[in-house]
Amino acid sequence: MAYNTVGQREIRVDAVAKVTGKAKYTADFRERDMLVGKILRSPYAHAWVRQIHSEQARALPGVEAVLTYADVPHLKFSTAGHPYSLDPGHRDKEDRLILTDKARFVGDAVAAVVAESELIAEKALQLIEVEYEPLEVLTSPEAAMREDAPLIHEAKRNILSTFGYEFGDLDQAFAEADRIFEGEYQTSVVQHCQLENQIATAQVDENGRIVITTSTQIPHIVRRIVAQALGIPWGKVRVLKPCIGGGFGNKQDVCVEPLAAAMTLAVGGRPVRLELSREECMIDTRTRHAIKYRIKTGVKRDGKITGIRIEAISNTGAYASHGHSIASSGGGKFRYLYQVDALKYEPVTVYTNLPVAGAMRGYGTPQIFYAFECHMEDIARGLGLDPIALHKMNFVETGFVDPIGKNKVLSCGIRECVDKGREMIKWDQKKKLYKNQSGDKRRGLGMACFSYQSGTHPVNLEIAGARIVLNQDGSVQLQVGATEIGQGSDTVFGQMAAEVLGLPLAMVHVISTQDTDVSPFDTGAYASRQTYISGMAVKKAAEEVKAKILDFVWGMTDTPAGMLDLKGQNVVYKHSGEVLMPLAEVALQTYYDPVFAHPITSDTSSNARVNAMSYGVTFAEVEVDLKTGKVEVLEIYNVHDSGRIINPQLAEGQVHGGVSMGIGYALSEQLLYDEKTGRVLNNNLLDYKLPTIMDTPEIGAAFVELDDPTGPFGVKSLGEPPAITPAPAIRNAVLDATGVAFNRLPMNPQRVFEKLRESGIVG
Amino acid sequence: MSEVKSMPEAEEMPEAERMSEAERMSEVKRMSDKRMVPEKVLRQISLTVNGKALTLHVDIRESLLEVLRERLGYTGVKKGCGVGECGACTVLIDGTPIDSCIYLAVWADGKEIRTVEGLAVNGKLSPVQEAFVEEGAIQCGFCTPGLVLSTTAMVENGKEYSREEIKRELSGHFCRCTGYQNILKAAERAVHEAGHRCAHCKHEQEGEKG
Amino acid sequence: MFNIAKYDEAGSLDEALAFLSGHPAAKVIAGGTDVLIKMQNGKMGEAELFSIRGLAELTGIKRTADGAIFLGPLTTFAQIAGDPLLQKAIPVLIQAAVSMGGPQIRNIATIGGNICNGAVSADSAPTLLALNAELRLQSAGGERKVPLREFYLGPGKVDLRPGELLIGIIVRPQDYLGYHGHYIKFAMRKAMDIATLGVSVLCRVEAGGVLSGVRIALGVAAPTPVRCPEAEAFAEGKTGSDETLEEIGKLAVRSAKARTSWRASKEYREHLVAELVPRALKEAMRTAGGEEHV
Repeated sequence: MAYNTVGQREIRVDAVAKVTGKAKYTADFRERDMLVGKILRSPYAHAWVRQIHSEQARALPGVEAVLTYADVPHLKFSTAGHPYSLDPGHRDKEDRLILTDKARFVGDAVAAVVAESELIAEKALQLIEVEYEPLEVLTSPEAAMREDAPLIHEAKRNILSTFGYEFGDLDQAFAEADRIFEGEYQTSVVQHCQLENQIATAQVDENGRIVITTSTQIPHIVRRIVAQALGIPWGKVRVLKPCIGGGFGNKQDVCVEPLAAAMTLAVGGRPVRLELSREECMIDTRTRHAIKYRIKTGVKRDGKITGIRIEAISNTGAYASHGHSIASSGGGKFRYLYQVDALKYEPVTVYTNLPVAGAMRGYGTPQIFYAFECHMEDIARGLGLDPIALHKMNFVETGFVDPIGKNKVLSCGIRECVDKGREMIKWDQKKKLYKNQSGDKRRGLGMACFSYQSGTHPVNLEIAGARIVLNQDGSVQLQVGATEIGQGSDTVFGQMAAEVLGLPLAMVHVISTQDTDVSPFDTGAYASRQTYISGMAVKKAAEEVKAKILDFVWGMTDTPAGMLDLKGQNVVYKHSGEVLMPLAEVALQTYYDPVFAHPITSDTSSNARVNAMSYGVTFAEVEVDLKTGKVEVLEIYNVHDSGRIINPQLAEGQVHGGVSMGIGYALSEQLLYDEKTGRVLNNNLLDYKLPTIMDTPEIGAAFVELDDPTGPFGVKSLGEPPAITPAPAIRNAVLDATGVAFNRLPMNPQRVFEKLRESGIVG
Repeated sequence: MSEVKSMPEAEEMPEAERMSEAERMSEVKRMSDKRMVPEKVLRQISLTVNGKALTLHVDIRESLLEVLRERLGYTGVKKGCGVGECGACTVLIDGTPIDSCIYLAVWADGKEIRTVEGLAVNGKLSPVQEAFVEEGAIQCGFCTPGLVLSTTAMVENGKEYSREEIKRELSGHFCRCTGYQNILKAAERAVHEAGHRCAHCKHEQEGEKG
Repeated sequence: MFNIAKYDEAGSLDEALAFLSGHPAAKVIAGGTDVLIKMQNGKMGEAELFSIRGLAELTGIKRTADGAIFLGPLTTFAQIAGDPLLQKAIPVLIQAAVSMGGPQIRNIATIGGNICNGAVSADSAPTLLALNAELRLQSAGGERKVPLREFYLGPGKVDLRPGELLIGIIVRPQDYLGYHGHYIKFAMRKAMDIATLGVSVLCRVEAGGVLSGVRIALGVAAPTPVRCPEAEAFAEGKTGSDETLEEIGKLAVRSAKARTSWRASKEYREHLVAELVPRALKEAMRTAGGEEHV
């Protein structure tokens, strides 16, 4: 089907605002006499807070309030940015307080100060004396799972969740196999490092409601969780989301808003700003779970997989956040890549005294696909097969039905993705070329594949809202509950509405700020859901407006609506395209016709009870300096089946960013901590090695566009997927170059060198 | 919710008013340390910001970032780390990219400061801004002002840059959204278009000579 | 806001020295990339700052009448990187300068600050050490000259006495004329990083490829930047064969006193010394050869 604006490289709707400095982020909103909030953090990873002496701090001129555990409601809440569930058994783990009486990681918030300036607040923090009773520090899941381990939370054990799945007869599958492959793979703790740190401002308005402006992916969820944490009616909280400086899942969690709200309540409703420093943001927001996998796979001689068993131990840190659902979600998305008769997935998610792990781009899939795609390479090598052949033999087909969720794959372009990527990197030629290498620098090729979902159905509710108002001039306002956080959603929503209404994008005014008082309800930016799920709501709203316009024209002209269409800002005859009248003329009539005036709006909600699987592959070529262990990515390509692409330029941008994040995950990034004390060692951008422009190779992005019947205009998810497979593809390329299998992330120079030496590759 | 209001230019204010405003803004009254009297923490500086000449009192403890954002309302200057590691707060000082978070406001005396707000003229984007918009170099936008300014510095100094040199000049800016790909494209385009214009002019001149 | 108690500026060098003799507690600040970051990170309490950034006499690069290169301590890394005189005379110093931080930091950080803060990872240190750089230090009481090699006293500790200012860095003609050099910064990133190891080498290549005057300096291989005397002595008069270079690398390790930290292990750092010293020498020799053909 031919579209006008859908599929075009439209300039993003917020580009000019952002390139001129006019775009407003949370820190750019100030109130007169705004106070500053600061947090006192525990130096111990695990300790009871026995007493807090804050008299001196309270007495410091300029200090307006000091808050401790005693000053905040003792209502445990969950911070995870999931939709609320009416089923109490399906709700997130409520294990958090605004300020704690027990420190569970180094940096846990035990007290807070509200003061007139940052310097005074900092001075006040130094004047607070806390008596701690230190407890044994548990940084590894193994230690935390010990029978005699001290309990981090009030529970029988330090295990948060063990929710896995099983289908088929695994024993029989292994018995039927010609070969059994086993492997262990391990990922590391990494951090989002979005450029804008977490920040919220809060105040009480003239009607006694708490107004919070915050850098969040999930404004409507923030409203609920703040109310829950404070024990007040949800409607008493209003949340505003301005421009957001990146999230990547870090802001799919309610980290700073409840404390910001408590702070304003402590100072009589005066405005308070709580802004985390980079150092704070890296320890007291969220990280990506480090997960250890043990995989056992049975295969036939020709490479056909008979059965898979995956055991996983996930380190969730001090609080649950999304921990209980991440291991489970990764395992769920994995089920859609390979056709196997028997699969058993046994994850254990464990509390430890480390910074809290939560949602991060890919939500458990970068970990499981790292493990399994490394394992696939190992199997291919064990069987003497080309990994592409092994993959292709086992991929699911369109029509595949998930044995657990019964969801049916209606479009699957993984084979096309692999074929395209193979050509882009010149796989066959280079594989030959690199067969017999010598010297200190060796090159190799690797590939890795993934499957992903579009949204969270059927695990969670997938509700989205959109509202459209037709203006007098024939332009429209588009309001969505979904949130632009940099990924470009406002632009693709604008394109969708423009497409339906026959308008150029410039005639669709997308309102980028979400305000829970006025914005339609939508659960927010996560799970790569917005283009697919919120897009359905936008399309529905636009179609409703279109129907109303055509009905109105019917009333004006006696031409049945069914004969009409909207094109090029005109009402046209559907059969011929002949212009009946300009849309602007109709619009004006809807406002001012003496008899029939009835301005046209739509306000819709869409509850999507579908989920389309997206697919893709990374191909990478590396050069390894054997003598230093340094790995350089020479070429890297990601090819995606994300259904139809609404805006190729934005889509490519998603791929570039995701791949870059994946390269960091593969080679350099790791949040390091002292295993004894739990103290993070590198919570700053100098010591945490996210790639600079000089470390980033040219990234190739490509798409195979197969329309998915469930997606608006045929779309499927794209936001998170690009970050999933660069790490295993690079690992497989390093293996190809050196013959050494690295089963632990990241592959930094020292680790690579040590392993090469251990393996006897270098002296 | 209200945006930061940019202060009236201090220059236009009478002396007494200027002092009291500066005092109010500088938190001097609120200092817990009573030794800190205004004349010890305030310095008068004169500078131009985006072409406007200003004279104002700054606190010796303030960074240029704070003065630009909080007092003058140039919120296009972003704070991403506060310690010169991310580049989001980059401004041009006498044409040179500097991290304004680790630059004391008193040092700006006599300097010409440019922020991203000063690049577009009468609503028309600069060629660098245009290149960033058209190449899709913008996502969340938080690193954008700094990168646009560093690119502007390259374009304006008239030197020629190879791809590797452009990368080096932009290496003091972290971006987590774009993988730098379209940023590099935009910067190359802006730098080369500027270079092309110069080369073209030179060519013409030579032609005339011949 | 920085926790600054007092801020003063120097109008001239004499004024600065007089001020410092009366205010020994004042913290000297120039580019600020070291001091302000420490203050921001809470690694320094409330401080009295004394800025010398206005002292024009301490800025710039020149060749003195005796052929020595004089670097004003307030010269920024960007100025060094773009300096035509250095490009001809000591290009290895430019390599070191452009490896430091990122452009915005190089635009403001000074070479004097880089030396005086005593950081073992200072990107200028190994090269200046290999160049036998000499420091001119002045106080109200007088001036003294200290070889850079003797200036480093321990981790973060330098031989800068109260009231003293670094007023010049000198590279004598016999230490750079006819020399070829190469600097390798081994780090996890290509920019915005601190070195895991810094290796700077200088050498002359005589007829027949014979090495002479080899000088090897390392950063982050010991508590302070160090030279490698054993390796240097061994290299003297040898031709630069692969075997010789390998031996030089091994001997350089003897001068390293690496320690294990979370950034890198002692063993890995030592391995890098053995591996990168020969690489740097090879590159320096290649430059020497290249120039002969000109």
